[in-house]
Amino acid sequence: MDIHEYQAKEILARFGVPVPRGGLAWSPEQAAFRAREIGPAPYVVKAQIHSGGRGEAGGVKLCTTDSDVRAYAETLFGKTLCTKQTGERGKDIYRLWVEEASDIARELYLGFVLDRKSERIMIVASQEGGTEIEDLAEEQPDTLIRMVIDPAVGLVGYQARELAFELGLEGPQVNQMVAVLQACYRAYSDLDATMVEINPLVVTGAGDLIALDAKMSFDTNALYRRPEVAALRDPSQEDPREAMAADNGLAYVGLDGDIGCIINGAGLAMATMDMLKLSGGEPANFLDIGGGASPERVCQAFRTVLSDANVNVILVNIFAGINRCDWIAKGVVQAYKEVGLTIPVVVRLAGTNVEAGQDIIRTSDLPITVADTLAEAAEAAVAHRSQPKAA
Amino acid sequence: MAILIDETTKVIVQGISGRIGQFHTQEMIEAGTKVVGGVTPNKGGTTVLNRPVFNTVREAVKATGAEASLLFVPPPHAADAMMEAADAGIKTAVCVTDGIPAQDMMRVKRFLRRYPKERKMRLIGPNCAGIISPGKGFMGIMPPHIYEAGRVGIVGRSGTLGYEAASQMQALGIGVSTSVGIGGDPVNGSSFRDILELFEADPETDAVMMIGEIGGPQEAEAAAYVREHMSKPVVAYVAGLSAPKGRQMGHAGAIISAFGESAQEKVELLSSVGITVAPNPSTMGATMASVLGHKAAA
Repeated sequence: MDIHEYQAKEILARFGVPVPRGGLAWSPEQAAFRAREIGPAPYVVKAQIHSGGRGEAGGVKLCTTDSDVRAYAETLFGKTLCTKQTGERGKDIYRLWVEEASDIARELYLGFVLDRKSERIMIVASQEGGTEIEDLAEEQPDTLIRMVIDPAVGLVGYQARELAFELGLEGPQVNQMVAVLQACYRAYSDLDATMVEINPLVVTGAGDLIALDAKMSFDTNALYRRPEVAALRDPSQEDPREAMAADNGLAYVGLDGDIGCIINGAGLAMATMDMLKLSGGEPANFLDIGGGASPERVCQAFRTVLSDANVNVILVNIFAGINRCDWIAKGVVQAYKEVGLTIPVVVRLAGTNVEAGQDIIRTSDLPITVADTLAEAAEAAVAHRSQPKAA
Repeated sequence: MAILIDETTKVIVQGISGRIGQFHTQEMIEAGTKVVGGVTPNKGGTTVLNRPVFNTVREAVKATGAEASLLFVPPPHAADAMMEAADAGIKTAVCVTDGIPAQDMMRVKRFLRRYPKERKMRLIGPNCAGIISPGKGFMGIMPPHIYEAGRVGIVGRSGTLGYEAASQMQALGIGVSTSVGIGGDPVNGSSFRDILELFEADPETDAVMMIGEIGGPQEAEAAAYVREHMSKPVVAYVAGLSAPKGRQMGHAGAIISAFGESAQEKVELLSSVGITVAPNPSTMGATMASVLGHKAAA
């Protein structure tokens, strides 16, 4: 789960990371008020959306007076910002962050991620701040400093000092850096984060460290024990289709194709989407219906898939282990009637109670195509997409 | 003898008293698995399916001589239960639970390192379908009837895609020595490499079907192992050719976040070390058949 920049800054500040003074605004008037609250100009106004690359997309501006802040804020509120990361869909701006401008002498990169190789938290740092970690790793792999933290003892002082010296810091900056690193690590481990990123971490003209931008993501599996993190969720920043699915406990990822997919198991779902693509189709979504799916859950999956207007055929592929094909089939028939389907449906069932499931579909007299294998199912779905919608 | 489990393996079930635990324990017993008891804190002294229930894994091991444990424990308590099994002397633990916080798994992995190699528990999962040696026994949630007994090992992250592979092979008359689901989480107990090593050493396994997916470095690690140490043929499939970068596809671990983690890159890497990669998921069985055929002809 992602949160906004200002929320990440508030969390990191609480753990001891220095951040610029600033305030949140929900309106142009409040933005101007925040500027007056901060005091002497200049100010930086930053659109709060869940995406990087906001500056390049026109969502960040340096302002010299509170009326400038207000005028700029007027142009941002209600606007959809399209960045390199959001793509054409973009994300809507409802909140702004206004902060004091910082005097930048150097920009560093600092990130904390879960390293799957060592299965530990890894610090990634670089003297070249300002760019994305992916770009850095690709373009200047040698500038990256990596350090793995042993969960049994946490981040040890000497590691933090080594890192500070490697980044070329000196004098009092070294201890400041140690404090920043310890704070980030504690925020990461105490709050079940999956990513903490400060980019850039700035050395000011006066020689102090300050976090100019911050990003945090959290482990959704741990939200049950982090209610304060769960409360930071902002549904306005989520794909509405995905938000609806998440509320119903379905794993759903919206894509750009027209073949709606309802599948059990993440691996089989990805494989089915691959098969569609190889057969000349494009999946509209990833959807894992999970184990032990009841007919009601199947109906819910149909509604979720149909919330995407691009969908013009639905492919159901279930390999039942703890699921039961007869339950799934009942759900498909029920969904067909309840939802009032007008588009073709292809169903492939395998595993537990497969005969009973196929019988339910065949005797339903509904225009549902039954496929026996994964390949047949994908071909049938692709073939049906070109047909005109049934009345 | 298959790997990890056979008809002589004494199995306990942690979380046997719950609805899900009972249901799958019943299936395991019907398939011939030697289930000797279960563990549910505060239910010690009761019985489930005529098996004794204990308060702690230590008591269960002492009373039954159990070597393996299957965990049906909810996410908040799963890490704790895995560490309990490790400390009680369980040799092989299989954790089915989906939704365990990644940092809990980090701690479990760190905890397992405190034991010397000969005393270290092998953990399979979490978030996996389990392990099955067809005709001998299984620990997990898979439908046992789709597995034909035979001489091909299966190792994969996904449960249902593993079923797909097994049933494609069954339709072609190819049987399975053992099938192992290693699970879809970013931090998991055993890697592809760990399981390939067991299959390489198993006299009853002739070839291995490996089913990978996007995200993580474990397919690359497996490729290095195959190149250096594996004499048996390996067939692979990597799911997620159509997955966009940076999006998590269901499994917490299925996200392309670094160089080398996309399906295309993994396919290229696996092919480069001599692994036969099935071109699409509906030809996993046929690809294995042709590899076995070629081998017989050679």
